[in-house]
Amino acid sequence: MEKSISFRVRDGFAAGRRQDARATPRPRLVLLALLSLGCALLLSGATPEKHLSVYSTAANYSLPVIQHEGHDYVGLLEVLEPLGKVSAKADGSKWRLRYNNTQAEFQAGKTRARVQNHDVDLGGGFLIENSRGLVPIGSLTSLLPRILGGPVSLHEVAHRLFIGSVATHFTASLAGDNPPRLVFHFSAPVNPSIATEQGFLRMTFSRDALVGPASPTLTFGNKTLPSATYSETNGSAIVTVSATAPVIASFGGDGRTITISPTQAVNAATQAAPSSTPSASSPAAETAASPALPPLPQPPIPGQAAPRRYFAVVDASHGGDDHGETLSNTLLEKDITVALARSLRKQLESRGITTLVLRDSDANLPIDQRAVFANADHAAIYIAVHASSAGHGVRVYTGLLPYGEDDHGPFRSWTTAQHSALPLSQSTATAVSGELQKRQVPVRALASPLRPLNNVTGPAIAIEVAPQAADVAQLTAPDYQELVTSAVASAIAANRDQLGGAP
Amino acid sequence: MIPRHLVIAMSVLVAAALSLSIYAWHMRKSVVPPPAAAVDTRPLGPPITGPVERVVLFVAHDEDGTLRPESAQIPMPSGRQQRAEELLQALLSIYLDKSSPHVLAPGAEVRSVFLIDPGAAVIDLNSAFADKHRSGALIEELTVASLIHTVSANTQGLLKVKILVDGKERDTLAGHADLSSYYDVAAVNQLATELQPGQ
Repeated sequence: MEKSISFRVRDGFAAGRRQDARATPRPRLVLLALLSLGCALLLSGATPEKHLSVYSTAANYSLPVIQHEGHDYVGLLEVLEPLGKVSAKADGSKWRLRYNNTQAEFQAGKTRARVQNHDVDLGGGFLIENSRGLVPIGSLTSLLPRILGGPVSLHEVAHRLFIGSVATHFTASLAGDNPPRLVFHFSAPVNPSIATEQGFLRMTFSRDALVGPASPTLTFGNKTLPSATYSETNGSAIVTVSATAPVIASFGGDGRTITISPTQAVNAATQAAPSSTPSASSPAAETAASPALPPLPQPPIPGQAAPRRYFAVVDASHGGDDHGETLSNTLLEKDITVALARSLRKQLESRGITTLVLRDSDANLPIDQRAVFANADHAAIYIAVHASSAGHGVRVYTGLLPYGEDDHGPFRSWTTAQHSALPLSQSTATAVSGELQKRQVPVRALASPLRPLNNVTGPAIAIEVAPQAADVAQLTAPDYQELVTSAVASAIAANRDQLGGAP
Repeated sequence: MIPRHLVIAMSVLVAAALSLSIYAWHMRKSVVPPPAAAVDTRPLGPPITGPVERVVLFVAHDEDGTLRPESAQIPMPSGRQQRAEELLQALLSIYLDKSSPHVLAPGAEVRSVFLIDPGAAVIDLNSAFADKHRSGALIEELTVASLIHTVSANTQGLLKVKILVDGKERDTLAGHADLSSYYDVAAVNQLATELQPGQ
């Protein structure tokens, strides 16, 4: 069902004509007008309260921003509360936070914090205010990946924080010219507030994780609906459609489509006087309009153009309720994989390779989501880490593609997303196996139906680490972990150029 | 004042209740728990009949992580579907044996095998097979490769195989091996070759 809301945009000519027709005002009316103007000026001069909008798969929410010495701060506990089990305790100048199984320690006035035994730069002093821990907004990009175990994206100036791959994309296109209809398609349902000013229709997305197109200004080559602009401010995304006539906004497609079109009255007027106003439906106008259409924002094609934030994504498999293999009465696979992933990050970073560890805590992270993180980051290499009591040494896996599922145009099949990257994955696995062999670690390279290797668009391997002898406790030994992870890191570093050039 | 006969009656009732409670508690200890209903060995249908044939089963061996061909002689019915089911029953009887080289949980069964033309097979496992399967990338891979390669090596024209659990699609076997898609038989055959000893 379609809801229709009408917003009239007065054109300048009509407004001017009303001003000319106005009678000379009496003094009392002038006083009243001046008072109204003064009130309006006072209200418009008041600084709007700043807030940070947070978008995540768990919830979208908004938090107040506190200013301190020119920096914007936000309460860290409040950021994390909707996302998981979190608690905090202030102890003098120290402030300790626990999120699921991740611990962090902050100190008032200090610019560095300690998260899971790693130092994190806050970019400004930590504040404690009535037992609340406040961190500079800019520090959330370095703090949250450590605490949540996944990537975040911050639009710092606009105060918008995206946790995981939650962004809603949109396209805008002109459909039909008489009357012209501007159709916005969104990748997820949206619910903007809509307002009008003279010559504009403004859609404000406060609770939707909307992100902008490649170009902030979209032009449509149409006289009635010439252009639209995308901007972000104070926790909201704003799409402003310029219009030279009254327009109507209609919602459809379960909130995924918004259509902007002139009201019936204007359409009727346009149709009644086709000669005075060139109709966009005339073939000449249509031909002229087509080249003016901007390239529509395309859905992101994995591996193309988008920036890469981390070279390597290391996935500590399992976690939370998913224990993986029970290696012994006291040893779970999920705990070993985190230790191995951290060790691998250390080894990779020591070789100058930027690394993101997925699941840096005991959190539940769905298998598909792990591939989504790697794909969204366009990582040059994805390495899933497993541990096992079966066999000896290390198994290095690459994807075993399922029975053919075809890609559709630019959209890749999820189950065979690995297809084009498989040769590079296999050469990387060979390099890793060779490096492990050099260090006397028993190794096997195999194809495997291990999830989510087939869902990763870039080069992807998995390692399954078993003890060298029968004693499964060796998996907890830091020297054995380092022996394996340093070999893997050396192989990745040696293949850096080859991997970095991959799409 | 409570009448004397009421006091006596109440005392008798309280004593009886106490005695019965003690007796019930005592009896509870001596109750023999019912036998585990995990494996029901009662026959559900007539035994399979057909000429005894020599077939090749691909048996997983955990100790060295290999898949080894082993020949077996089993009665094979004439229908393709029943033949595929018999092959997997023979394979599972090895895995459920005391000296199993690749232990499956008691009660693990292949419920049925459906052969769908052209070239598709669906293997339906029971929940005991998947829910109690040991977790591990290699262990699960050996199970999947063993099932698919045993069926495909003895059934001509198979191109793809899907594994269901209790008739439903499942994400993974036990946290590692993908069960969400159709397996490519050619790719699994290649994997089975790599998994053989000496490779």
